[in-house]
Amino acid sequence: MRLEHWRSALKSPVGAASASLLAVLAVLAVVAPMIWGDAANETNPAALSQGRSAEHLLGTDALGRDIALRVLVATRYSLGLALLATSIAVLVGLVLGVLPAVLGRRGSRFVTAAVNLAVAFPALLLALFFAVIFGVGAQGAVLAIGFAGAPSFARLVQTNVAAVAGRDYVAAARVAGVGRTRLVLRHLLPNAGEPLVVNATVMAGTALLAFAGLSFLGIGVQPPAYDWGRLLGEGLDRIYINPAASLAPGVAVVLAGLAFTLLGEAIAQVVGIRTARRRMPEVRPEAQVASSSAAAVRDTPATDAVLDVRDLRVGFAGRDGWTYPVDGVSLTVWPGETVGIVGESGSGKSLTALAVARLAPDDAAVSATRLDVNGTSLLDRGDAEVRKLLGTSVAMVFQDPMTSFNPSMRVGAQLAEVTRTHEGRSRRDALSRAVDRLRKVHIPSPQRRARQYPHEYSGGMRQRAMIGMGLMSEPALIIADEPTTALDVTVQRQVLRLLRDVQRDTGAAVLLISHDIAVVSQMCERIIVMYAGRVVEELPVDRLAEAAHPYTRALLGSVPDMTTDREKPLVTIPGRPPEPADRPPGCAFAPRCGFADELCGTTPELEDAGPRQRAACWHPRTEAIPPVAQAGVGERS
Amino acid sequence: MTTTSAPAGTAPPVRSVPPDRWVRNPWLSFLGRRLVRLLVSLAVLVTLAFLMIHLIPGDPVRAALGLNAPADLVEARRESLGLNDPIAVQYVNYLRGMFSGDLGVSMTSGVPVADTIGARLPATAGLAVSAFVVVMSVSIPLGLFMAVLTRGGRRRGAELGFTSTSAVVSAIPEFMLGVGLVFVFGVTLGWLPVAGRGGASSYILPVLALSMGPALLMARIVRVEALSVLGQDFVRTARAKRLPPRRVYLRHAFPNALTSTLTIGGLLLSGMIVGTVLVENVFAWPGMGMTIVQSILAKDYPLVQGIVLVYGSAVLLVNLVVDVMLAVVDPRSTIREG
Ligand code: SF4
Repeated sequence: MRLEHWRSALKSPVGAASASLLAVLAVLAVVAPMIWGDAANETNPAALSQGRSAEHLLGTDALGRDIALRVLVATRYSLGLALLATSIAVLVGLVLGVLPAVLGRRGSRFVTAAVNLAVAFPALLLALFFAVIFGVGAQGAVLAIGFAGAPSFARLVQTNVAAVAGRDYVAAARVAGVGRTRLVLRHLLPNAGEPLVVNATVMAGTALLAFAGLSFLGIGVQPPAYDWGRLLGEGLDRIYINPAASLAPGVAVVLAGLAFTLLGEAIAQVVGIRTARRRMPEVRPEAQVASSSAAAVRDTPATDAVLDVRDLRVGFAGRDGWTYPVDGVSLTVWPGETVGIVGESGSGKSLTALAVARLAPDDAAVSATRLDVNGTSLLDRGDAEVRKLLGTSVAMVFQDPMTSFNPSMRVGAQLAEVTRTHEGRSRRDALSRAVDRLRKVHIPSPQRRARQYPHEYSGGMRQRAMIGMGLMSEPALIIADEPTTALDVTVQRQVLRLLRDVQRDTGAAVLLISHDIAVVSQMCERIIVMYAGRVVEELPVDRLAEAAHPYTRALLGSVPDMTTDREKPLVTIPGRPPEPADRPPGCAFAPRCGFADELCGTTPELEDAGPRQRAACWHPRTEAIPPVAQAGVGERS
Repeated sequence: MTTTSAPAGTAPPVRSVPPDRWVRNPWLSFLGRRLVRLLVSLAVLVTLAFLMIHLIPGDPVRAALGLNAPADLVEARRESLGLNDPIAVQYVNYLRGMFSGDLGVSMTSGVPVADTIGARLPATAGLAVSAFVVVMSVSIPLGLFMAVLTRGGRRRGAELGFTSTSAVVSAIPEFMLGVGLVFVFGVTLGWLPVAGRGGASSYILPVLALSMGPALLMARIVRVEALSVLGQDFVRTARAKRLPPRRVYLRHAFPNALTSTLTIGGLLLSGMIVGTVLVENVFAWPGMGMTIVQSILAKDYPLVQGIVLVYGSAVLLVNLVVDVMLAVVDPRSTIREG
């Protein structure tokens, strides 16, 4: 495992570059002093402080020594000292980091507090402090940088050990009576090892830079010895005469430091969770919406509908081409009507709702042949126009009221914002309307509540406030996406009742998205059943007992079990909905359908299956549904 | 957020009111805990500064005066520094002196340490504060801009360019950047002064050297934070309210990315305070950083002690301010957890 990690870290471009740079430096560190050591120390009174020349590539220093050679030779000392300091930091850090796990309660508290305090100070300050104690010079600087780096490494060890300490095998070892010290050395450290190795590598880079800093200040390496930092400091005095004298060692330090840091990061990336990055979709959603609007509008316009969508598709660019979680959905909502979209998770119902409201994620490509809201087409319109059109006419209610409010803004202000933005009202006007709407959605003492933050609300209250937010203007359509899923049962009922009251009072149409056909059938007049990105059945609620599509029937069959987890496949239907990427050709439900035959290998279209009822199935059901399955469904209370 | 000013009135009247109600106010007890923590840290800092001179192996006075110094001179100096007293007495004297603003006397110049610090502090503070202002005013807009530009995996090229540039630049230590800046703007172009503290133009290069790395690092963090906030539900809500993008980003997304921005900002600021030591030495900037290095080399321990104390206290103060600001931004998590 480990070896593999290293190997693949070295294969990444960054890893390979940094590793080969380090290899070159290592060779130089070994070889350079042997070949050029003496030449680099050779003073030449005839060539003091010269600029660059053929003989001296980077010029000479104040004593006439060749700077290029000195930079090369200094590799060994610079790297060596840095590595020495790093190993001190790692060793001391390991001890400090492991101590809390080994010591008793008091001792461990003390060590942790000391480490925390030390970490609060920048490493350079610690290094200066220790440099005073250990004295000026290479030895003192090694100790100083080592000790200065120790606290942060200790902290790292502590967190990593603590992370491993919770795992099962450690508990098992503990139960087996393994001693604390042995536990740490045999079980904890080896398993916390990878991040520590990564950080030690990065730390070597930091130590190298820090050492250069100390030597540059004159606190580190003392003459006649020299490292890069020392050369840099000496060169800086004469930067006007010979810039190379300070730039060359500077470049060496930066390159070496970067090599360590980047190698560490390359390893970290391999060891860490490899996040598969999505590639850019090749077609931007706007572009697609625009181009598809050019397509002929086949169906007759439904001008007075609140929402009229034809052939809506929402695609994402995946690893192997495009997938369409929403694949050709058409739906119409009439003024004042309540329509429910129902389906399992993954059916594309929520994405449909978002896309219709032009709120699909940034990387989604949305297209449709028609997308009319309130008789106005949204196709071909820029964001600003859409905001203007939908700002006061479409309200959204989202699933999780916990996360759907801005946690750092007062609830009242979040409601008032709508009015201020779209109607240009004053802050005070808008806020008093917000209080009024909060009252309307039955928030007790709305005046006070408006000044509170979302976390001070209960879940149900938050969802009611969210509905109140939708009422800040006079919406013609309220889209509620799983508005009750995150709430417990009694609160669910309150919220649904509120939605119904709101609808009755305002005459707004409601598009209710839910996985729960019982909820939908209580609320709605018309139900749209979605499966695998398509509409499979569309029917009035009073015809549920005559549902024609096997999937609708299966959903009905799952109703009595109120505790059904929507993330799990339906109990009554074996299997789960297919991923958008591997939908079977033809009817997507076929693998789970008891009535499937060869015919189902071709895609069924929505066809009339009864009065105002359409189903996409080759074998629509007509026999009566057993009454058990209908319990709780169909009666609007 | 303004609850501190009216502790009794705004506390949610959930529990029955205890008689010692002001003690229960989460804000006050939070501030109390933080102050206690600051005092403890300061005490540790002072003690360490005091101990520094005693932790040095051998006789610090002999080391400072040189091996050839006559024995009676060393002895007299030890006496005048009080090093011959019992350590407890020395400690008490040290503390007493400190409370009256007396940090001792420089061993090389005989000038009171407090006077030297008083003379040098403004230069250092000016440098650190200007650099911090630059960092904040560059990194936050830049990070937000990059986040908006690269959201949802857009513009991979820009993202890659930004992250790799910022990674490389922020990995170069400030004094190296300083040398590079001196070379480019001082030596090659001759545009800007490269040494000493004079008019506004003398600030440009040191401030740049000090702020470039932190600014880019910070911008990276702001970008990542903002990106994760942009993906959250309440941003979708804000979009669903059809707010103009400016408002979505500035009013809804950014404030919620502040927490880690602040945390990192505090770390960067304390790093920059100490980073001035190196930058001052590149640009011959007459601040505390030049002084502390000179006094370390001259083994002028009282002066070193004094300056270490000032740097340390500045860092602790920054930490306190950041903690309080975090609590203001995100009262829930910070105050409770203490
Ligand atoms: S089309 Fe065939 S597979 Fe699909 S639901 Fe109807 S009967 Fe089942």
